[in-house]
Amino acid sequence: MAITIFLVFVGLVLGLSFYFAAKTKSASGYFAAGGQIHWAVNGIAFAGDYLSAASFLGICGMIATAGYDGFLYSIGYLAGWMVALFVVAEPMKRLGKYTFTDALDAKFNSRGIKLAAAISTLVVSVFYLIPQMVGAGVLVEPLLGIPHYAGVIMVGAIVITIVATAGMTSTTYVQFIKGGMLVVFSLVVCIAVLYRGLSTTPDQGGRVPFHEYKTITAAEAEGRLLIKDKTFVVMGGQEVKGAKFVKLSVSGLETWWARYDKDGNITLRETQYSVAKADGTKLVNGLPETKENQPRLSGNLEAIKGKTGPEASTGKVGPLEFLSILSDPETKINRWKTVKFSDGADKVTVYAPNVTPGNKLMRPGLKFKVEGTPMQKLDFFSLMLALFLGTAALPHILIRYYTVPSAACARKSTIVAIAAIGFFYVLTMYLGLGALVNSVVNPLTDNMSAPLLARSFGTFLFAIISAIAFATVLGTVSGLIIAASGAVAHDLMDRYMQLGYNEKQKVRAGKIAAFVVGIIAIALGILFKGMNVSFLVGLAFAVAASANLPSIIMILFWKKTTAKGIASSIVTGMVSAIGIIMFSPSIYEKFGLDPATAPIPLDNPGIFSIPLSFLVLIVVSLLTQKKEQPAV
Amino acid sequence: MLHEPAAQSGPDASADYKMQIGVWMFLLYAVVYAVFVAINLLKPLWMEKIIFSGLNLAVVYGFGLIAFALVLALIYNHMCGLHEADSKDAEGGK
Repeated sequence: MAITIFLVFVGLVLGLSFYFAAKTKSASGYFAAGGQIHWAVNGIAFAGDYLSAASFLGICGMIATAGYDGFLYSIGYLAGWMVALFVVAEPMKRLGKYTFTDALDAKFNSRGIKLAAAISTLVVSVFYLIPQMVGAGVLVEPLLGIPHYAGVIMVGAIVITIVATAGMTSTTYVQFIKGGMLVVFSLVVCIAVLYRGLSTTPDQGGRVPFHEYKTITAAEAEGRLLIKDKTFVVMGGQEVKGAKFVKLSVSGLETWWARYDKDGNITLRETQYSVAKADGTKLVNGLPETKENQPRLSGNLEAIKGKTGPEASTGKVGPLEFLSILSDPETKINRWKTVKFSDGADKVTVYAPNVTPGNKLMRPGLKFKVEGTPMQKLDFFSLMLALFLGTAALPHILIRYYTVPSAACARKSTIVAIAAIGFFYVLTMYLGLGALVNSVVNPLTDNMSAPLLARSFGTFLFAIISAIAFATVLGTVSGLIIAASGAVAHDLMDRYMQLGYNEKQKVRAGKIAAFVVGIIAIALGILFKGMNVSFLVGLAFAVAASANLPSIIMILFWKKTTAKGIASSIVTGMVSAIGIIMFSPSIYEKFGLDPATAPIPLDNPGIFSIPLSFLVLIVVSLLTQKKEQPAV
Repeated sequence: MLHEPAAQSGPDASADYKMQIGVWMFLLYAVVYAVFVAINLLKPLWMEKIIFSGLNLAVVYGFGLIAFALVLALIYNHMCGLHEADSKDAEGGK
């Protein structure tokens, strides 16, 4: 059923593209849908464009593993729309034509601005494209049973077809359909979660028996661990950053247990684990890894307001009651943490239970160390700043202001977007927490939490949600490729290089650019397999906020802004943001280096790169006043 | 070089007014957002205090920021719409 619904959806999308292709003859039609999209349609298309894999898959997954901290992304992403509405929407519409470079350059006609802004558009779009393509592969892999690379190629081919046939018009309607369906069916899943209620032994409505993880007691004498039950033989132990793990042989099977010491008592809890052997073989929970033998889905409530067992089950709950129960200190939530270590020649990954009280789960702190060192706090502040300022500087969002007929329509469509996106972000809280308490979080990757939650309610909902998740990728990637295509064909080839294209040639150049960018996106999607989706999106936000926003703001509000000031600011923001990230602890860790040796102890660059970009714009503008005409 | 808007629209007599109220509303929202971030950084434990119906400050403030965004947006649109209508009437009366 999942495959049928998926194929019907893809057929619908392609049919729509071919229908609009016949009507797209001009550059205005290709890059800006002729500027004739209704504001309400454009508003939902905004939502479809903006709610990418990072929002639907990434945020829900992060809430399912880190609780409220994942919701901070929802808050930051939505807050960014206030900058777009109050400061950017109408002026951008009045100044621009097809791309945000047009708006920046409207008063200057500067080759420097055209080049810098076009490169910035390409860089931000490509950074944003990578996680979408990686997400596409992750999604299609289990849905259609095809390898990751094949999934990425398939998504790339469909998107290139959508964009290269009819450009912004078909992209708009794909995003409109996807945005609407995403909000409606996410609401359906949330209602189903509340109707099912909470239990300490979630069995997915009777579909999957709850796996009760064993707990055994042990004692220690002369440094040796002793277990009364002789079926367990102690074979060794490991301590990783304060967490203790014990290797036990059970009926000849090697197993790993998490050790907890409290008041002189020792408790061992069953874990899940995978072991990569030196000979290349891999074991999962003691048995050879196969398609069927994978780590079990996890996450559940250990206690509900202090109660356990059948009497703890709540039956259906209201939306506020659901959050209230999960915020209670006496509610214990079993999140799972991943710990990696070496055991001789074996590389061991343990997925261990990690019981968290509700009051800690439902406030910031599990992922972002708001109670940590000053540098950790600064990193959190930097992230929230980039999320707030990044939205209004994303090129694929800004170009949607050119698809409506007037500035008032740009404003109204932004308000529709805020309503749809805000409502969806409220739902992410229920989707993420719903996945956590219903034991559907994949220990290997949290990105599939929302679709797996839908699967716990039956195949139909899973099929619909998977098709929507796929559409989520299609919608966002289409928008990004249109933005990148406009940067190459319109900003660089036509306006910077002044090749003197007529309308037909512009459209052809746009289609060729879309094809090339699509191929690059496919290659990067395959290359970056396994890279964290949310991390890369955060990077795109930071680069956009640093490179683009200072120019947009200053050109609107500071009369002494000059063309050289804008070009310098874009380059400074882009280079400093990317530079800080490349030397950050997260990148060091991803490339196998010790994160403690990273020269810059920040993962989020916004706190430095955004003010620096503003500063450079002001200084260069002041230094170039005599040579250039003021902005207004 | 064909550097005109994709869809032509006339001059906007309300542009300055809209920009002015837009900036003030942006600053208002930015302050409310900044207070949220500041509480997280300076008094993170406040976020787990129950405010009403068993909901803690983190949930109430977080949902509140989303709801406040929509309310402000609607007020902004209403004010802009009124001014645009007035400007149109004034132009028509000339």
